[in-house]
Amino acid sequence: MSLSTALRTGDLAELPSRRDEDWRWTDLRGLIRKIPPAYVYEGTGLAPEIMVEGQAGQIDFYRSPFNANRTVRVSNGMVAGLGLKEPGPLVFDRHDPVIALDVTNAGGGFSVHNRLTVRVPHGLSAVLLESHAGNGDHVVSFDLDIDLEEGASLERIVLVSDHAEAIVVRQSSVTLAATASYAQTVLTTGARRQRLETRIAHPGAQASVRLDGAYLLEAQRHADLTTVVTHGGVDGTTAQLTKGVVRDQARGVFQGRIVVERGADRTDARMRHQALILSEKAEIDAKPELLIFADDVQCAHGNTVGALDEDAIFYAMQRGLPSDRARAMLTAAFVGEVIDRIEHEGARAVALAWAQQQLGEL
Amino acid sequence: MLSIKNLHATVADKPIIKGLTLDVPAGEVHAIMGPNGAGKSTLSYVLTGRAGYEVTDGTATLDGEDLLSLDPNERAARGVFLSFQYPLEIPGVPALTFIRAALNAQRKARGEPEVGAPAFLKLARETAASLKIDFDMLKRSLNVGFSGGEKKRMEIFQMAMLSPRFLILDETDSGLDIDALKIVAAGVNAMRSPDRAMLVITHYQRLLDYIKPDRVHVLSAGRIVASGGPELAHELEREGYDKYGKAA
Repeated sequence: MSLSTALRTGDLAELPSRRDEDWRWTDLRGLIRKIPPAYVYEGTGLAPEIMVEGQAGQIDFYRSPFNANRTVRVSNGMVAGLGLKEPGPLVFDRHDPVIALDVTNAGGGFSVHNRLTVRVPHGLSAVLLESHAGNGDHVVSFDLDIDLEEGASLERIVLVSDHAEAIVVRQSSVTLAATASYAQTVLTTGARRQRLETRIAHPGAQASVRLDGAYLLEAQRHADLTTVVTHGGVDGTTAQLTKGVVRDQARGVFQGRIVVERGADRTDARMRHQALILSEKAEIDAKPELLIFADDVQCAHGNTVGALDEDAIFYAMQRGLPSDRARAMLTAAFVGEVIDRIEHEGARAVALAWAQQQLGEL
Repeated sequence: MLSIKNLHATVADKPIIKGLTLDVPAGEVHAIMGPNGAGKSTLSYVLTGRAGYEVTDGTATLDGEDLLSLDPNERAARGVFLSFQYPLEIPGVPALTFIRAALNAQRKARGEPEVGAPAFLKLARETAASLKIDFDMLKRSLNVGFSGGEKKRMEIFQMAMLSPRFLILDETDSGLDIDALKIVAAGVNAMRSPDRAMLVITHYQRLLDYIKPDRVHVLSAGRIVASGGPELAHELEREGYDKYGKAA
C-alpha cells in the first residue's frame, strides 16, 4: 500500500490508513475521498524554458534559494528537458559534483507522481541541494532512489515549502556501498498532510550515515518525518538528530527506527529527537525505535518533548531581552543545532535564513 | 536609590517576605545576610520580577519609580541587574551574541543608539582581560559546560558589560575558590561609584572581606531583624544566626 500505487491505479484502498502501524499518525485513507486526476501537461501554464535542464527558467510563485551550475527542474511531475516522469538516473559529474534538484507543483486539484534515481559514482564527494515547493491543494507522491557507490559521499539538503492544503508523500530510498557516507538534512514547514520518509540500507563496512531534520509547523500543518536505517553488516555508524517546533494546532510526527541485523556487530547508532510545543493545542507524536539483533553494538536513542525553559527565559529577560525576543532566541538556538551540522556552507546559510524567517513568523 | 517599604511576597501562596523595609542609597553597598530559608533569594527574584513570586503588599522603587509593575526586561533597562546564584545555561547562543543582544535591547528601551559590533568587541576584550576570562570562552554557548566558578565570573562579566545602576549579587561567592573570589570581588569593586548601589546577598561573611559593605542587614523569616555596620557581619560569623531565630 502506498500513495504512489493509489495514484497509479486510482484505487482508494491502496492508500495507507491509520490501521497501518507505520501510518497511524499520518492517515491518508480518511483524508483523500477521491483520487484527483493526474496532471496533464497541455503546453500551457508553464513557460517553455523551464522544460530545459540547466537554464534559468522559473515558476513565478517560487524560486529555489539553492544555486548550482547543474539544476534539474521537475514541474508538476515533468522532469525538465526530458518531459518524462521517470527518467534514467541522474549521475553526479566528477568535475562539478553538485546538483540542485528543484521540484515545484503549481496549481491545485491534480495529482502527480515522480520517481527519480540519483547515483554518486565510486569515490566521489557530491552535494544534492533539493527544494520542493507547491502553491495549491494537489496530491503529490515523489520517490527518490539514491545509490552511493563504494567510497562515495553525498550531502543532501532538502528544503520543503509545501502549500497548507497539499497532501504529500516523499519517500527516499538510499543504498550505500562499503565506506560510503551519506548525510541528510530535511527542513520542512509541513502541509495539510505530509510524510517525508527515508529508508537507508546500511552495509556497515565503515560506511557512515548522518540523518537530520527539522520541522517548524504552525496553523493546522502536519509533518511526519519517518526514517528506517537498517544496518546489515559490521562496523557501520549512524548519527541522527531531529528537532521540531510546533504551535497553534500543528502536529509533528517523528518515527525513527534503527535496525541492527544479526551479525552487524560494532554498529554505532545514535538517534535523538527533541521537540518544542509552543501552544496547548499543538501535538507531537514520537516513536523512536532500536531493533537490535546483534550482540556487540553501541546504540542509544533519546526523545524529549516539552516547552521552552521558563527559567532560561527569565534569565534572558533579566538581562534586558523582551519576552518575545528571548523566546525567539532560545527557539532559534534550539533548531540551530541541526543547522550547524550542515557541512555545505551555502546550504547552511540557506537553512539558517529559512529558520530565521520561519521562526519569525511562528 | 532603592527603597523597599513593608514588602510582602508569596511563592506558591506561601508567605516568604513578610514586611521587609530597606533603603539602599546611591553610592552604598549593603549586605543582606541570613540563615538558609530566610528569604534572601526570594527577595532578589521579587526585585527582578520572576514569575511565581507574587507581591501581596508593599512597594519597591528605584529612584522613586515603581519597580514592581514592570516586566523583568523593563527593570533591567532601568538598571537593575541580578547576578544569579545559579546562572542558567543557554545552549546554542554564544555568550557574546547573548550579551550584545541584551545590551542593545536595554539601550533600545532607553531610547539610546545601539552599540555596533567593533565597539562592543573592544569593550568585551578589555572587560574579559580584567576578569581573566579567556576570550574564546565568550564564543561558546553561554554557560554551557562552564564550571560553577566560570559561570559566576560570566555573571560579573555580563554585569560589567551591561553597566547597571543597581546590582544584586545573590551568593556570588558560592562555588568560587579564593583566587576566583578575588578576581570577582575586584570586578565588583571596580563598579562601585557614587551613582550606583549594590545589594550583596550572602550566607557567609567571607565575601564581605573583599566587597566591603557600608551596611549589613540580617534577614530572618522574611524581615530585616537587625542592621548595623560591617562589624555586624563579623559578629554573625562568630555567633551564628541563632539569636535571630530560625527561618519560618
